[in-house]
Amino acid sequence: MAISGKEREDFEKQLEPYVGLDIGIEDRGRDPVNAAMVRHWCEAMGDHCGAYTDADQAGNSVHGELVAPPTMLQAWILGGVGMATGESDPRDKQKELHRLFDAHGFTGVVATNTEQEYTRYLKMGDEIRATTVIESISEQKATGLGIGYFINTRTRFYDQNDDEVGWLTFRVLKFENEAPAAATEAEAPAAAGRPQRLKPALAHDNQWWWDCVEQGELAIQKCSDCQALRHPPRPMCGECQSSDWEFVFSTGQGTIHSYVVIRYPEVPGYTYPLVVAVVDLEEGTRFVGNVLDVEPDDVEIGMAVQASIELVDDEMKLPVFRRA
Amino acid sequence: MSTTLKDEAAIVGIGETEYSKNSGRSELALASEACRAAIRDAGLTPADIDGMTTFTMDTSDEIEVARAVGVGDLTFFSRTPHGGGAAVGVMHQAALAVATGSAKAVVVYRALNGRSGARYSQGVSGGPTTSDLIHWSWYMPSGLMTPASWVAMVTMRYMHETGCTSADLAEVCLAQREHAVKNPRAFFYQKPLTLEEHQSARAIVEPLGLYDCCQETDGAAACVVVSPEMARDLPNPPAMIRSVSQAAGAHQESMTSFYRPSLTDLPEVDLVARQCWEISGLTPDDIDAAVIYDAFSSIVLFQLESYGFCKKGEAADFIRDGALRLGGRLPTNTHGGQLSEAYIHGMNGVNEGVRLIRGTSSSQPEKNDHVLVTAGVGIPTSGMILGKA
Repeated sequence: MAISGKEREDFEKQLEPYVGLDIGIEDRGRDPVNAAMVRHWCEAMGDHCGAYTDADQAGNSVHGELVAPPTMLQAWILGGVGMATGESDPRDKQKELHRLFDAHGFTGVVATNTEQEYTRYLKMGDEIRATTVIESISEQKATGLGIGYFINTRTRFYDQNDDEVGWLTFRVLKFENEAPAAATEAEAPAAAGRPQRLKPALAHDNQWWWDCVEQGELAIQKCSDCQALRHPPRPMCGECQSSDWEFVFSTGQGTIHSYVVIRYPEVPGYTYPLVVAVVDLEEGTRFVGNVLDVEPDDVEIGMAVQASIELVDDEMKLPVFRRA
Repeated sequence: MSTTLKDEAAIVGIGETEYSKNSGRSELALASEACRAAIRDAGLTPADIDGMTTFTMDTSDEIEVARAVGVGDLTFFSRTPHGGGAAVGVMHQAALAVATGSAKAVVVYRALNGRSGARYSQGVSGGPTTSDLIHWSWYMPSGLMTPASWVAMVTMRYMHETGCTSADLAEVCLAQREHAVKNPRAFFYQKPLTLEEHQSARAIVEPLGLYDCCQETDGAAACVVVSPEMARDLPNPPAMIRSVSQAAGAHQESMTSFYRPSLTDLPEVDLVARQCWEISGLTPDDIDAAVIYDAFSSIVLFQLESYGFCKKGEAADFIRDGALRLGGRLPTNTHGGQLSEAYIHGMNGVNEGVRLIRGTSSSQPEKNDHVLVTAGVGIPTSGMILGKA
């Protein structure tokens, strides 16, 4: 549970001095703006603009020379591999703030959004540095991830003449993980968003049929005038053109008319190999559904099967068949 | 005005992009390049074009392509639905336009980033609630959502009824691969396939294995259709459209016509075939080579029967001794087809049909008076017979 009462008051008082604070360290580009990094970036991003990578094309462009993609701005001052291995400057007030959150149980961190503005195109040889200010810390919020606080920072970028060339804002959520941190990363997203089967689109002509499935019945549409059965449902009888219809419930008994064993591609939410059959129902219409609990090699055309309505994932009921 | 489409239009230009797995450019760029190539091949300029037609599934609008290529005023534009079933339906549209004077010169095109962009093998899913989505909703929840799975359902029943085996399907793949090996445009150029490789390949949707399924391709193909009179003044020998037709059958669904009395009846293919023979006055005996739509190997067999090259249920016997190969009774998919050249929704097959009439295929049969070109199976479909002027 998140801290509350006096403990929360004390904690939030400790946060106040950080608002408006420069984080105390300057990020300085380790290399001047250069063609090699630009080319690698463009290849990775699939950006084929000649002004970035082709000196001839760039010469003929409005820039008159090679320039860097504006969206690369932050790349020029990133810390490289050291960032990933956790090395950090002890003077860094932003890191200090994060440690304060960690100590009070808000160990989770997730970046939520960024805004950027570019003052000018960067040219080869430009030397970039950046300073960062903690602009604001939100009040406590209940989010989908848990209770936490949003931290907003603004980073301003300068060139070798100390002229500003752009800025970016960055917002992160520091939140309280309910589960141990290590397990959360690996398991929580999968459990929360376990893929489900594709659901049917529901509209006037088919919603009633799916409602029947919810009630545990495999329905067959029936013409109220000529009594002909039809499936899939449609608004008019092809035999007598009557728009009046009702429905009957199938016994679910049938035989396999044809079937397939789906092995590829594996769509999330389904289990493979997946057997799907066209079944001749004893009422005379056909129905397409999964055949369960039979080895794919044992499924045969002509096999007697019995339908039942079952949950096929966490949310959806479907008629499925088993060997009768 | 004529009463049929016999010899009322001719294909005078063909063009295509390279076929690849990652074109690196937009579908509009591919469409524009293929149209430009077809117009040049016809000996025309964009200013001569006044009609454009493509598939409903194409993402490049007629007027977008027209602007890109520099085509001016258009008096005819249209779309044909149902995926690969439109492969010759678009030719039907072009022939109708030219025969009625609605347009003088129609460019037909199809462009897709079928591998690097939206892949049909990945299945159908959400979208606006149209009658089409309601239709797929009968199959998506059970996982039946790829072209391979729909065609496999009919193929399983066909094999059950006829005794056709996977090795019989392999002959379609091997014959076509033999052609692709000689075709520099083909993905499988200089890459032969053996029966053992076919039989040991992984299953995609049983009974269809990897090599029974067409490729996914980035690329575009286009052709130019004009009147026979206009064709006389152009540099290439015209491929006359001797007949062309479209059909949808009773109890037709798009790819899932599973509720017909017989799952293996394909009344729409039968109906296209009947019209092709009636309009042209020809019979299967008059056909020297064929481009038979081959999204999957099995549908080539179905069509050989519907078009009357053999009796129903006997296609495996018909092809067993090499009928589809060069020197056989009906050299088929001499470019390698969509299994082995490229999957451009059948438009690359239309261009191969023209090459066969011109005598310029990389697997050119000696006799080439008449060539059959067909379209997708399991959907409303189309077909045509090409001949010499």
